[in-house]
Amino acid sequence: MKTVTFTIDGKIVRADKGQTILKAAEAAGIYIPRLCACKDLVPHGSCRVCSVRVNGRIQASCVQTAAEGAIVESETDELREYRRNIIDMLFVEGNHFCMFCEKSGFCELQALAYRFGITAPKYRLLYPKRDIDLSHPEVYLDHNRCILCGRCVRASQDLDRKNVFQFVERGCRKRLQVNGEALSDTDLRAADQAVSACPVGALMRKRVGYAVPVGRRPYDEVPIGRDIEKKGEE
Amino acid sequence: MISTGSRHRKYTILPLTRVEGHGKVTIHMNGEGEVEQARLHIVEFRGFERFILGRPYWEIPVIVQRLCGICPVSHHLAAAKAMDRIVGGEHLTPTAEKIRRLMHYGQIFQSHALHFFHLSSPDFLFGTDGTAASAFEAPAEQRNILAVAARYPQLAVQGVMMRRYGQEIIRATAGKKIHGTGAVPGGVNKNLSLSERDVLLKEAERMLEWARGALRLARDFTMDHLAELIPFGSFDSNHLSLVRESDGALDLYDGVLRAVDKDGRKLVDDVNCQRYLEVVREEVRPWSYMKFPFLRELGPEQGWYRVGPLARMNTCSFIGTPEADAAHREFMELNQGRPNNVTMCYHWARMIELLHSIEAIRDLLDDPDLQGDDLVVSGPRREEAVGLLEAPRGTLFHHYRVNRNDEVTMCNLIVSTTSNNEPMNRAVTKVAKDHFTGRKEIPEGLLNHIEVAIRAYDPCLSCATHAVGGMPLAVELRDASGALVDRRVRDAV
Repeated sequence: MKTVTFTIDGKIVRADKGQTILKAAEAAGIYIPRLCACKDLVPHGSCRVCSVRVNGRIQASCVQTAAEGAIVESETDELREYRRNIIDMLFVEGNHFCMFCEKSGFCELQALAYRFGITAPKYRLLYPKRDIDLSHPEVYLDHNRCILCGRCVRASQDLDRKNVFQFVERGCRKRLQVNGEALSDTDLRAADQAVSACPVGALMRKRVGYAVPVGRRPYDEVPIGRDIEKKGEE
Repeated sequence: MISTGSRHRKYTILPLTRVEGHGKVTIHMNGEGEVEQARLHIVEFRGFERFILGRPYWEIPVIVQRLCGICPVSHHLAAAKAMDRIVGGEHLTPTAEKIRRLMHYGQIFQSHALHFFHLSSPDFLFGTDGTAASAFEAPAEQRNILAVAARYPQLAVQGVMMRRYGQEIIRATAGKKIHGTGAVPGGVNKNLSLSERDVLLKEAERMLEWARGALRLARDFTMDHLAELIPFGSFDSNHLSLVRESDGALDLYDGVLRAVDKDGRKLVDDVNCQRYLEVVREEVRPWSYMKFPFLRELGPEQGWYRVGPLARMNTCSFIGTPEADAAHREFMELNQGRPNNVTMCYHWARMIELLHSIEAIRDLLDDPDLQGDDLVVSGPRREEAVGLLEAPRGTLFHHYRVNRNDEVTMCNLIVSTTSNNEPMNRAVTKVAKDHFTGRKEIPEGLLNHIEVAIRAYDPCLSCATHAVGGMPLAVELRDASGALVDRRVRDAV
């Protein structure tokens, strides 16, 4: 397999030809923050949290393939601020109440907020009126927490070989729609990869709740991305 | 602030200080300078009963505890007890039950220490030490925990450290000092590790010693000022609490409902918590967001009752830990074994419970069940359940309905301060009548008398209306036409 060589923040990185910048960085122990990107899923490039500068132009690193000799900037003040603003906006355009959300400590959005030092909303909270769908016997869908990352849409289609989720409408009206009147009309199962793909508390298995005590949840002690960074230090 | 109309006056105390929540007091005086009426108004509104509707039931113990930052564990556990029944898991494993009890005793210990040392001790220490003209009239700048720390540093340190100890117990059992997640439907999500136990055990004896000292302080203060305290904001009343089902002992976590009248006659006894609506009803009055509960059989006029430490001393047959039981017997001797109706005896009763809590904590910490791994049980589902327990401030009622989709469809909360609503109004009226009648102007020091009476109940005003915001309070004086005569306002500290 042919390889290409490029740099991320001055560090030389080798990638397989056709590999995305995000994947190549990960293999090299460099963490680029991301939300809509997920292992085993086709990249989507929608959340823009993984944006980097490639030869001076801003690109989503989850969809941009690594090119020979490319100069990639990731951990710059400008890009950190850019990513931070995206995370801030994701918080205010939904209803994210971390204090009682059962995804707390597991939530990638919350973990990113901690990593970026976000302790309070920067923008005005929009408090949209959204529904919660508890009709399904095993899984529930809380639209208040959905960040429209599309992971469930892709996982349902590509991994589960179902078509439970789709996006409808556009722009600020865009929302997640299930294939039926309610979640109970679909063939979704708790074990489906679509459920575990959700990075936030939108799509959750029922009756799990707060089974893992505070202090033992994945992001209680270790910041998101630290596992990747550790590989780079070895 | 004072407003005057033709002949009548109305005083407003706003905000009330050193209580949890935001409230005001209005005192109406007629042209002859007599107090006609005094009311405690709770001016916040929360609406928890409404906005949890539609949420999945397992979230509820974690959401509703946000009603309060002082005793969230009480709401956490009362909701969890209700959800235990929803999932058919009301018969907890020994580990789960004991972990929850430990959490609850830790909560009682820290909340009672906070109330006694941080909120009320300035009234005892400075109002009666000769620096003030009479009890509870110390200068306003002295009536706070910082002044206590300056003058009685050892006592202030004990108060702070006892509260910290209670919070460490909560952290060890619930995961966080405030708003943890330890109790889940049907059990708990963690046990107590040996290292966590050892840290807590190491300090238990010292806490026990300090609790004995706090009890001595409360008892001696009461006995030394008995003549002054007996009439202060006092009145005869019914008393209600949970007691242990088998023998009527004090039980803060679980039990059956018992109510006694002013003479100790049992009005309600051995009533299962699930049947609370058969004995308790709530009345709505147009001038307050807080409801007025009463014993159904006696009606709103006669059926109102007190809850909290004083009521628990009056309803329970005995206390299951030796030192607190001896203290309870001494306490009950004050009225020859009949219920004690002296409002200011709430503090003494509270310190008996402080001692009981630390005795129970010490005993529990030695129990190997706390290290068990069998944490959660479940059984046949139910659609409706009630969870009751004795919170620091009194009996706490949580009632829910959950549909087949796991969605909460109904919630009714009766918090301790709501039950004490009528008694607090009566205490305020009594103090106002005894101390304000015939006066043309009310000095600031005297206004503190009103607050002292309210503080005896350790009210959590924001809990009681389920509210948003800080904790300030006001007193208003109005004339017969309703025009504002005087108004005193204090900002939240």
